[in-house]
Amino acid sequence: MSTDQSSATTAEAAEATATKTRRGLELQKFALFGALLLLFLIFFIASPNFLTISNISGILLAASVTGILALGVNFVIATGGIDLSVGTGMTLFSVLLAVMGTSAHLGLPLPVAIVLTLVIGALVGMFVGFLVSYMKIPSFIATLAMMMATQGLSLIITSSTPQYFTEHAWFRQIATGQLIPKIPNAVLIFALVALVAWFLMNKTLVGRYAIAIGSNAEATKLSGVNTKRWTLYIYMTAFMFTAVAGIVMASRLNSAQPALGVGYELEAIAAVVIGGTSLAGGRAAIGGTVIGAILMATLNNGLQILGIAQEWQRIAVAIVILVAVWGDSVRRNRAAS
Amino acid sequence: MDAAKNPAGSPLLEVEDISKTFPGVRALKGVSLELHAGEVLAVCGENGAGKSTLMNILSGIMPPDDGGRITFRGQPWAPRTPRDAKDSGLVIVHQELQLIPDLDVAQNIALGRKTGPGLPFLVNDRRHRRQCAELLDRLGITIPVSARVGDLSVAEQQMVEIARALSYDAKALIMDEPTAALSQQEAEKLFELVAQLTAEGLGVIYISHRLNEVMQLADRVTVLRDGESVFTAPREDVTRPLLIEKMVGRPIEEDRRVTSEPTGEVALEVSHLSTKALLEDISFTLHRGEILGLAGLMGSGRTELARAIIGADPRSAGTIEIHGSPASARTPSEAVARGVGYLSEDRKGSGLLLEKTVSDNIAIANLPQNSRLGIVNGAALDEIADRHVRSLSIRTPSIHQTVRLLSGGNQQKVIIGRWLERDSDILIVDEPTRGIDVGAKEEIYTILEDLAKAGKSIIVISSEIPEILRISHRIAVMSEGRLAGIVDREGATQDTLMALATAGRESALEGVE
Repeated sequence: MSTDQSSATTAEAAEATATKTRRGLELQKFALFGALLLLFLIFFIASPNFLTISNISGILLAASVTGILALGVNFVIATGGIDLSVGTGMTLFSVLLAVMGTSAHLGLPLPVAIVLTLVIGALVGMFVGFLVSYMKIPSFIATLAMMMATQGLSLIITSSTPQYFTEHAWFRQIATGQLIPKIPNAVLIFALVALVAWFLMNKTLVGRYAIAIGSNAEATKLSGVNTKRWTLYIYMTAFMFTAVAGIVMASRLNSAQPALGVGYELEAIAAVVIGGTSLAGGRAAIGGTVIGAILMATLNNGLQILGIAQEWQRIAVAIVILVAVWGDSVRRNRAAS
Repeated sequence: MDAAKNPAGSPLLEVEDISKTFPGVRALKGVSLELHAGEVLAVCGENGAGKSTLMNILSGIMPPDDGGRITFRGQPWAPRTPRDAKDSGLVIVHQELQLIPDLDVAQNIALGRKTGPGLPFLVNDRRHRRQCAELLDRLGITIPVSARVGDLSVAEQQMVEIARALSYDAKALIMDEPTAALSQQEAEKLFELVAQLTAEGLGVIYISHRLNEVMQLADRVTVLRDGESVFTAPREDVTRPLLIEKMVGRPIEEDRRVTSEPTGEVALEVSHLSTKALLEDISFTLHRGEILGLAGLMGSGRTELARAIIGADPRSAGTIEIHGSPASARTPSEAVARGVGYLSEDRKGSGLLLEKTVSDNIAIANLPQNSRLGIVNGAALDEIADRHVRSLSIRTPSIHQTVRLLSGGNQQKVIIGRWLERDSDILIVDEPTRGIDVGAKEEIYTILEDLAKAGKSIIVISSEIPEILRISHRIAVMSEGRLAGIVDREGATQDTLMALATAGRESALEGVE
């Protein structure tokens, strides 16, 4: 009888801890959202130019490309890996789009070129996934090499000169047109991509296995999951996000800028981390990533409006990253003890 | 030695009426015990009885509630940090060894110590080695000080950990489940060391699930249950059933044996299986409805055999047939598809998704069956989890509970549920009750027995011979990567199994001792 009692108390204690953990997770979402609102409030008070529709849509536009990249990186990070190649990868995909879709080069119909860009994105992802799973190269190294290779390729393909899409007047509209008045389409694409990412992460095998591999790759393998093949699929998924970002970026600039891209990968990782996804893997926060990307864009925008130099904006972002991750680790330690 | 074990005068360590409250839980409710110099005090209790909390308090990891009294070496005892406790002579050797595999023995023992004369940031490897060699010598441990710790066996690492503890000039040593990862033979060596240390006047608190060890090693026994010290007695007055009764709170029938009968139908046939690393020419058959015990010393190749059968490690020769047709078994996913499920000995390391829910952990082997076009049917998976939680009586507040927060026995049941849902009809269960309470062990045995009755075929790997005898129809014994023999349970005793397990080792052992 006393055993029953003791297991009951243990179960109660466990339940209490679980509730605490859940509450902690919710709390973090709130904290993140709260931080974003607070930021809005501060900038609103500080400057009348901040809370205008055109400025807010500017913020969202600025967040969209980084955000799409961050959503893709989330899949790799969920497995416990990292992707350093998304910035220059994005550039390579926009360059490839220009090469395939403009008459100066291959001159394929642009819609075909767009589809091909997505396909190439998946193939590159497959290759990186192959390096990581079958060749057992740590993702940090594989994607670091990929980062350098894609950067080099972009410059070689274009002879280091920007490629313009001016012959296709409609192409700009993909990112800058306004299906909804005053909101650039890039923002809509970002929202749509976020929904897709959420669905893939939470409702499909790709997402489930990404998180399972990140929690315990060995246990997942021993459960009969072909973890190597799924790692391939996960990287394919991630790189298709990068390809989408490349297309949106090209449309926004109406050109492919081969020298662009370095630095975007870290912005994307920062958005993921601020959003509450653990770099240790086994967890993914799609909603948090979206907020993380918007938060960073808001910070940059607001500080700019206040006339604070760009150098200081970087430091502000740095502080936000540290505070976000520190808050996360405090919460985690509390949940663990 | 006997004089040291029956000391007069005040105890080395005296714990009186200590309580500890965590938010929502009273982990300790007025625990008292005393430890004398030169004795081994076994502290027994099921998981959650409060052993860990008590040890954490004694070793300075957390303070007790106000009230109560702890005296160590005649002084009030209130260490603020583990370091504090160590420096005053009370050291704990944790169940999970805290050594750094890439450093050598001497470097590990020196780690975190004051560096002695000289510049504080310079490491004097030579002096450390000399001191370390002296220490090991005094303890009669024959491990080279320059050996890389990661290359040592678990037993040797244990010795290093103990040596490190003693390098603090310990007066009292707390050992938490020290033999959890040791074979019987390695454990014997550890016991010799403990006997030597107590003869020198050290007081040892010994925490173990293995009651045979407790009966063999302890001078006195204290039992904790539900945060209270419910029983203390000298070993002479204690029997194994009594101990279990005190721990569980009710008598447990222990001498049960498996009652079902296997069929003649062959479920799994392994022929001439070898691996590059260890296994040599292993052949055996497993029948439908049979539980085959797989015994052997640590390192004899039991787990390696399991991993080769499921394709987790490559095999260099041999064939595997499942239900009469050959299986390539090159990857675990193939083995799983053929109905072979493996429950790892390392539940946390390679069995569970520790931070995920009960439902997730059952689902992980069953996702493709419950998804269409890559889209997962979450509701179906929750229903499945619910069904197994009920049928296996997994004690969890909900299927969405993080599996880390369950007890070992319930975690094991979650993994069993995973394989039942996958419809695996051959289960390889590696150390099914490691770290699981006495009371819960019997529950696991019953589940395995029921599964065998229902026509599943099961291989049970275990280091605990009583467990093997309890659960198996036949027993295969491994020794140095070979199958030393297969015996029927009727013919098997502790001694015959040990003889088989050490058959290939005798020459090697003579070389050592």
